[in-house]
Amino acid sequence: MLNLFRKIIKTGRVTEHYDSGPVPPRFRGEVVLEESRCRNCQNCREACPTGAIAFIDGKLIIDNNACIFCGRCIEVCEHNALAHTAEYRLAELQGQLAGKIKSILHRSLNIRHIDAGSCNGCDWEMTALNNPVYDLQQYGIDFVASPRHADMLMVTGVVTRNLAQALAMTYEATPEPKLVMAVGACAASGKVFGKSYAIRGAADTIVPVDIYVPGCPPRPAALIYGLLLALDRLGGKHK
Amino acid sequence: MTSALQVIPAATLRAAATVASHNGQYRLTAMFANDERPVHGYFAVYAIFTGKGEPACKTIKAIIKQDEPLEFPSLTPLMAAAAWYEREIHDLFGLVPFGHPDLRPLVLHENWPHGLYPLRKDFRPDMPVPEGGGQYPVPSVQGEGVFEVPVGPIHAGIIEPGHFRFSQAGENIINLEAKLFFTHRGIEKAVEGLPLPMALYRTERICGVCSVSNTLSYAHAVETMAGAEVPARGQYLRVLAAELERLYNHVGDIGNLCAGVGFAAGVSHGSRLKEQLMRLNERLTGNRFLRGWVTLGGVHMDITRDMAQDIQQTLTGVTRDFAELLGLLRNNDAFLDRINTTGILPYQAAVDLGVVGVAARASGIDSDVRRDFPYAAYRDFSFSVPVYTSGDVAARLWVRADEAVESAKIVGQVLDSLPSGNFKTALPPVKPYSTAFSLTESPRGSNLHWLMAGEKGTIYRYFVRSASYPNWPALTVAAPGNIIPDFPLINKSFELCYACLDR
Ligand code: SF4
Ligand code: SF4
Repeated sequence: MLNLFRKIIKTGRVTEHYDSGPVPPRFRGEVVLEESRCRNCQNCREACPTGAIAFIDGKLIIDNNACIFCGRCIEVCEHNALAHTAEYRLAELQGQLAGKIKSILHRSLNIRHIDAGSCNGCDWEMTALNNPVYDLQQYGIDFVASPRHADMLMVTGVVTRNLAQALAMTYEATPEPKLVMAVGACAASGKVFGKSYAIRGAADTIVPVDIYVPGCPPRPAALIYGLLLALDRLGGKHK
Repeated sequence: MTSALQVIPAATLRAAATVASHNGQYRLTAMFANDERPVHGYFAVYAIFTGKGEPACKTIKAIIKQDEPLEFPSLTPLMAAAAWYEREIHDLFGLVPFGHPDLRPLVLHENWPHGLYPLRKDFRPDMPVPEGGGQYPVPSVQGEGVFEVPVGPIHAGIIEPGHFRFSQAGENIINLEAKLFFTHRGIEKAVEGLPLPMALYRTERICGVCSVSNTLSYAHAVETMAGAEVPARGQYLRVLAAELERLYNHVGDIGNLCAGVGFAAGVSHGSRLKEQLMRLNERLTGNRFLRGWVTLGGVHMDITRDMAQDIQQTLTGVTRDFAELLGLLRNNDAFLDRINTTGILPYQAAVDLGVVGVAARASGIDSDVRRDFPYAAYRDFSFSVPVYTSGDVAARLWVRADEAVESAKIVGQVLDSLPSGNFKTALPPVKPYSTAFSLTESPRGSNLHWLMAGEKGTIYRYFVRSASYPNWPALTVAAPGNIIPDFPLINKSFELCYACLDR
């Protein structure tokens, strides 16, 4: 017991604000385009393993929800038109959430996780939110064991044929008002593994999704950003 | 790894397997089918055996010609390890292992229509698949006071999906049925026809926490087919990646085991240390799961001198801290009471099921791919392989603890002797329809990837057998006889990946 106290005291406080540390130089965040350099060769589109790049009216568009931030498009671009930035705060809200959020904001936020067919990368990053460093509870947000206690569902993974029913039933079991967050490229786009007999698609092919958080997986800070954005708690601070 | 290939008619598979296993000296390591009708005019069933003799690996290729009945003699009555492989072959290819005691669907669930086999070549990925309405019978245990507890597939924590059916007498587990493959994404089929370098991104995403190991297995197989020589620096950096992966996994898993007994301080310290290691990963590769580091022909990025120093410093700190955490566990009677003699996997069951990795070494099996079939630069490093014999939760915890210490030592050796020069080589073209496989030791045990190339450097067939594959059935052996509240603890101690298993 004495050793335990000694260890706890020695370790001290380790909790941080989610975006307090610098992003490491090698971090592969949002891919940005310098339009003037793009020669429309479309090499990047062909090189992208998830089909995140499209050319619409000759203009390059990157779907952040489908991007796995692998950097392949940047490698094959001979004109240096593409580059990674350190930006990881890529979460986006879908449509009008204000009403829903207002009714949920009165309480603390309780989340239920559903793995709908993930590689477990996203799941582990959600687990990391509970570690003492991110300590999600400092924001009044917590994970709960039952959908019946949840305000929000966080869905990870491409929805597999074998989990579509479980996802739909969990959604049904969650009381209104409820939010759904699609976590990671799989849940947000359904495209990571291409066409497969075993995959149904993105989370929004089965349930309505309110918040999309890109990443493969999104780092914990990106998840917290998404949560705070959804709860309208960022004030004027966000980009 | 030296290997031998034997091609036989399917009808003689059982006899050939008996000879190949050489009185149990060689163990069944993987078994899978391949639709080679477009190339050779037959279905093939492959069985790979590994052992400590010469050759290290024996492959049997059993052929079923198009005009023959689509069946082969089941190996399951001979070796329990074959049971799941054969069920999977039955599901995905419609080949019947006759004499198999349990041919319920494994990978495809009741929602899959009868008579449709997705891994056959004439099944196109864009084919519409109607809903099936099958049944999945779960054998029940009868007796006075016996009841069933169904759990999952969605569980109460942040955890992957699986369905468990406990047969209980009071708190005691009499039988455990596990229904898995909920996260089956059909990756093996979805990569068919893809260029080899492109499929790497899918491989890397089979599993989050075995990203390096899976990518390494895949890369080795491709490099073997292409005859590529990865430069020494690349090989060393691959070892570095693999050991950093083992480290964050083992450290995190030990923390998680503390959750199974409600020891909150242990959970906090474990997850805090894991976080430090994952941040190190992100500094090195830009991804917390080390994604993007291993590539075909070597590694994608080098490490700088500053990074080497960063690794050394971080590991020194984490190792010291980790030792203190272990100290808190080692003389904590309440903790030891819960983990000692809990969830025992007996040696013989582990051998019969072909169990690998931490679980095998905790049940007295002295095996480790890094030492037994060295790959990358493992031959250049000295490390010991911890073996425990009690086969309980405690043994699996101590194996991890010892291994983490060894991993840190290997990392030290890599950094001390990192050769200079290139870290990547170009890949020569791959001959169509050549095959290769490769084994690596993931944090959970051996990962086997088998490949057959198609035309123009694409994939014809990809088969993945993760460490979790042979280890999952072991859980259903270790759980009965324990009480239900100990199940999460036992489950955690095996630390099985659903994603790796399901693919
Ligand atoms: S980073 Fe990778 S996934 Fe993202 S757009 Fe580029 S090639 Fe596609
Ligand atoms: S988005 Fe990436 S990390 Fe998340 S489940 Fe999919 S493959 Fe895994």
